Order: sequence, then structure tokens, then C-alpha cells
Amino acid sequence: MTDDVAIRTHNLTRRFGKLVAVDRVNLVVPRAYIYGFLGPNGSGKSTTIRMLCGLLKPSEGEATVLGLSIPREAEALKRKIGYMTQRFSLYEDLSIIENLEFIAEVYSLTRTQRRERIAKQLELFGLQDRVKQRAGTLSGGQKQRLALAAATLHEPELLFLDEPTSAVDPQSRRDFWEFLFQLANQGTTILVSTHYMDEAERCHALAILDHGAIVADGTPKELEANINAHVIEIEHADLQAVRATLLRLPSVLSVTQLGVRLRVLVDRNIDDATGFIQRELLATSHAVEVHDARPSLEDVFVAATQLRKPEAAA
Amino acid sequence: MKSLRRIFAILQKEIRQLSRDKLTFGMIVGIPMIQIMLFGYAINTDVRHLRAAVADESNTELSRTLTADAQATQVVDVIAQVHTAAELEGLLRDGEIDVGIYIPSDYARRLQQHNRSAAQLLVDGSDPIILSAARQLANLTQHYDTEAPQQLRAALFEIRNHFNPERRSAVNVVPALMGVILTMTMVLFTAVAIVRERERGNLELLINTPVKTIELMIGKIVPYIFIGLLQVTLIVLLGMLVFRVPIEGTVLNVYLGALALIAANLSLGLLISTLAQSQFQAMQMTFFFFLPSILLSGFMFPFAGMPKAAQYIAEVLPLTHFVRIIRGVMLRGADLAHMLPDLRALLIFTLVTLTFAVLRFSKSLD
Repeated sequence: MTDDVAIRTHNLTRRFGKLVAVDRVNLVVPRAYIYGFLGPNGSGKSTTIRMLCGLLKPSEGEATVLGLSIPREAEALKRKIGYMTQRFSLYEDLSIIENLEFIAEVYSLTRTQRRERIAKQLELFGLQDRVKQRAGTLSGGQKQRLALAAATLHEPELLFLDEPTSAVDPQSRRDFWEFLFQLANQGTTILVSTHYMDEAERCHALAILDHGAIVADGTPKELEANINAHVIEIEHADLQAVRATLLRLPSVLSVTQLGVRLRVLVDRNIDDATGFIQRELLATSHAVEVHDARPSLEDVFVAATQLRKPEAAA
Repeated sequence: MKSLRRIFAILQKEIRQLSRDKLTFGMIVGIPMIQIMLFGYAINTDVRHLRAAVADESNTELSRTLTADAQATQVVDVIAQVHTAAELEGLLRDGEIDVGIYIPSDYARRLQQHNRSAAQLLVDGSDPIILSAARQLANLTQHYDTEAPQQLRAALFEIRNHFNPERRSAVNVVPALMGVILTMTMVLFTAVAIVRERERGNLELLINTPVKTIELMIGKIVPYIFIGLLQVTLIVLLGMLVFRVPIEGTVLNVYLGALALIAANLSLGLLISTLAQSQFQAMQMTFFFFLPSILLSGFMFPFAGMPKAAQYIAEVLPLTHFVRIIRGVMLRGADLAHMLPDLRALLIFTLVTLTFAVLRFSKSLD
């Protein structure tokens, strides 16, 4: 049953006092998938990951990771997983090679394994010219490559990445994702939490978390197809006024300005969203052009997490 | 086996980091050196060579003997001869001299009269240490009364100063100072070393690896045991070479006693590391503990003179017990086997703090 599934959870819940940090999360992550956790800060991404690593005990529910029951078999799991923290957490006052050797020792690799794998990682991540350089003096992108090299040195079956790209430039992010796909192609399952839509779009599948609960999940395509809102775009000279009018409508979920256009999410229960918006705007003497638009992952995210209109609420 | 390997990996990493952390490395060697020199040289209550002037109005054989004897004590150096008491007062006021010796013209006759003092010492009382040093001199002059009533006048108690016959303060200070230095550095180093690991996020990485709490603790602590012993060696050597502090007992006992204190301090450092959120907090907590240690342990002020409450607090502090042990071993040549109560106190302190530290340490990872 667990052959093709890396992570399976049932009603996984974690409470901190009265706060429910993770609320009945049901997850199925197939092997060799890059699975994304997309959600705002405090949505329970890190807490879920920590529970899946066996660092935090769930208040309720069950989790099976790589066929091991968590948290009971957490110690055995530790050898099979890799974990890359949001912050660079290797030793800045040790050199690249010293950091990797330390990790190799900690995972009890044999002498041959140690030599071969370190050489392999250095080449793969383009660090072979800097082996003696202290980690603290590396650039953001280099640090991140080193962190990934260290996290995968013991060839884990499952890799947890907690917002791994929050401190690097776009080019390094692109490179980083190339590495992730290489790993996935070799059979490694990757669970990655992120803020970035473009990263979420590259995942095989993802879950959108809000206030500790999964509010939507599936492949990016599925999520876009099943968005629980109509997406329309409006062009007009006075976007500020139109925006103000729209925000007063209860069935408008969100209004975002994109250059000269407004992107509007409208309640799914409205049948003819384009016509509805046109009529509403005409009533306030705004003659506008309204088109239907193809939903993006960002629209899915906004529709799923931002059911309240922030401006109207304020 | 694997566990040992992980401990060794952490140990090696710790030593590498230490050798690169120039500040900490400097502290390991610098603190003992500076403190020994400061306490050994500067804090010297054993005052000698006070500047003195003599006004000898008697100018007899007897009075000249008195001056010579005063000089012979080395407490004073006679730097001037004047004629009147008024001149002495002038020199004293101007700070030219610390002590004035006034010998009146009827000195010889006064010596026969036991109800009067024969000569006068004029002392700069603004410095209490000089005052007490001058008292020594007062005793001396009394002693040099005439021959006949000498038996009567002989002091009731003859003080025989064992273990530090020359009364050099360095001999008292250096052994106890070893404890002070170990208390300061050992607690601080361990506390900071672990808090730093957490502050920099390294701990987040380690808890996701097969490294176990106990392995991490051992790997982090062992290097500091050696550093502690290195400091002990440095202090003993400096004490012997510079201040001629004797080791009456065995060297083994010195190290064993020091080891007991190191263990107590390292476990306290561990406990602090589980309480402190930042390196700065760890430092504050260390000093919160360090100050009473230094004041109440008997290092600075005599234990017997302290009020009961302070004595109870002092009994809890490891340094108190170590000061007793090390003075016993180094100065009195006592054997550790005769100092079991103090050794036991250190051991209990270690076990209690270590238990709390281990309990709290695993929780702090959650």
C-alpha cells in the first residue's frame, strides 16, 4: 500500500494551547513527486512538516511516512529523510568540505561512501572549486546549494524543504529547481513549502493551506480548473473608482490591479459573472470592457485563502 | 559504535570551531593570565616598604636601635631624618611619607614607665591597609622595651603562621583564583556554545539527523573539560613560577579537585543554555551566578565572618567547596580523602543540575 505513496496522513492535527496550528490535514503524497505546500505565514506549513519529520507529536490523527508510523518510528525515519531549513543552518565557521564531512559522519556513511558522495555532490552543485572556503563567506545561492548538497548527502528517500528559496535571487531559484527535478527523477520524493506562485506551479501537485487546514489540493492544472470563483478582467481609465465600487459588492471576492487592468474574482454562485459586473458598473455610470480570464494559480490561491475582502474588511 | 562516531564528529567540529573563534580562544588563555597577574600582584594586602621619616629627638643608642629595627621589618623604609614632630606632620600631609616615627627626647626614661608609650607613630590613616600595616610596627616597638620587664610584656599569644609563613597574599589568592577562573569561563563557554548553536539555527539541522540529545551534549562538553584542565595547568604553572605558590599535596589531587569543579560548572552551563534564548542572556545568567560565587565563596571575604544566611547560600555554590578543597590540597597538603564532604557537595551539585539540564534540553528542541 505504501509502495507508491511516500506520505499519507489522516486528520493530522496539532494544537498549541487553544490555537489549532494544523487542523485535520489529510495528505497523500505519491513517491517521486515534488509536492508543494502553498500558504501564507502562520498557515501551518512548518508545523505540518515538523510533525511529518517526527519532531512534533500530533495532537490527533495519524501519519505514515515512508511506511513508518509517526511519531512512533521517528528515529528510524531520520535516516531516510533529509531536511533543509529555511535559514542556512550549516556551520558558517567551517569550510564546505568540513561541513559535508561532518554530515557524512553524523549519518555514519562508510569511508568509501563518504569520499564518493562528497565528490559527487561537490560536482553536481558546482562547489568543487571552493571546498576550503568557509560556509559563512558564500553567496546566498552558493549557501543554498551547499545546504541542499548536505541535506541529500545520505541519499534520503524523502526530502523536506521549508521555504528553501526565500533568501536567493531568481537565477539561483531557477537553478535550485533544476536540482529538485533531477532528484525527483532519481526517485526522491520532495515536500516543499513556498510563498512563490511560480514555484508552486512547478510542483507535480500541491496543497493550499490556510489557518492550518488544506483549503484546496491537486495538480496545478486541476486547481486552476476547479477554482471556486469566476475570474474576469476589466479595463478602464479610472481604475481606482471602479475598484472602490467593486469592493462594495458582497459577491466580489477580490480585486487586484495588474498594470492597466483589474483582475476580479467573483463568487462562483453568480451565473453570468461578466454580465453581472457590467450591469453593476453601469448602474454606477462606469462603462467598462469586461472579459473572462483564464484562472491562474494565484487566483486559486487568493480565492481559497482570501474569502474576505481585505479593503472592505478594514 | 555509531553513537561514538557521532559524538566524535561533534567533538571534532567543536574543536575546529573553537580554534577559529579567536575571541573565545583568547579568553581561554587570556583570562587566567590576566587574572593571575592582577590578583597576584595588585591585590596585595601584605604591605611593605612604606615611606617613613624619623624625628629622633632622643638620639641615643637605644633610639637608633629602634629606628634600625623598624627598618629591618621591611614594613617601612626610612627615607628621611627630620628634627621635629611638626616636620613629620608636614611630610605626612604632603604625602611625602606614609608613616612618621617620632622619638621624644626622654625616650629612654619613658621606656621604664610601663603606663606610657615610649615613642609615637604618625600614620596616614586615609588608607586602611597602611593603617593596619603600621599596627604591625606598633607591636614591634612594644616588644623592644627594656630588658627587665620583658617577660611580663611578652605578647600573650605568639602567632605562628602555618602554611604561609611569609604571609604573601598570592599564596592565598592563587589557588582560590583557579576556582574563580574556572567558574567564570566554564559556565560561560558551555552556555554560550550551545545557545549559539540554537541562535544560528544549527540545532534545527541537527535534530533532523540521527544525532541524539545525549550525544550532542557529550560532544559539546568534552572539549571544555580539556580546556578547563588546560587552564588549571596554566594557573598552577604561573602560580608556581611567578608567585612561588607551593603545592603541598599531590598534583593528582589538584587535578581531581579541579575536575569536580569543572563538572559542576559545565552542567550549570548546560542548564543555563536550556534557559537562555540568546547568547547575551546566557552571559547575563552566568554573571548572575558568578557574582555571589566570588563574594561568598571565601575567596574574597572570610567565610566565618559572613552572616548565617550568606553562609547557607555559599554552601550551595560550587566555588565555596572548591576554595576549601584547593586551599587544603595546595597549601596544607591535605589529601582529597579528607575533604569528602566538599567533594560530595560538588558531586551532588553536578548531578542535580545535570538532571535538570537533560530534562529541559530535550524539551527545548520541541
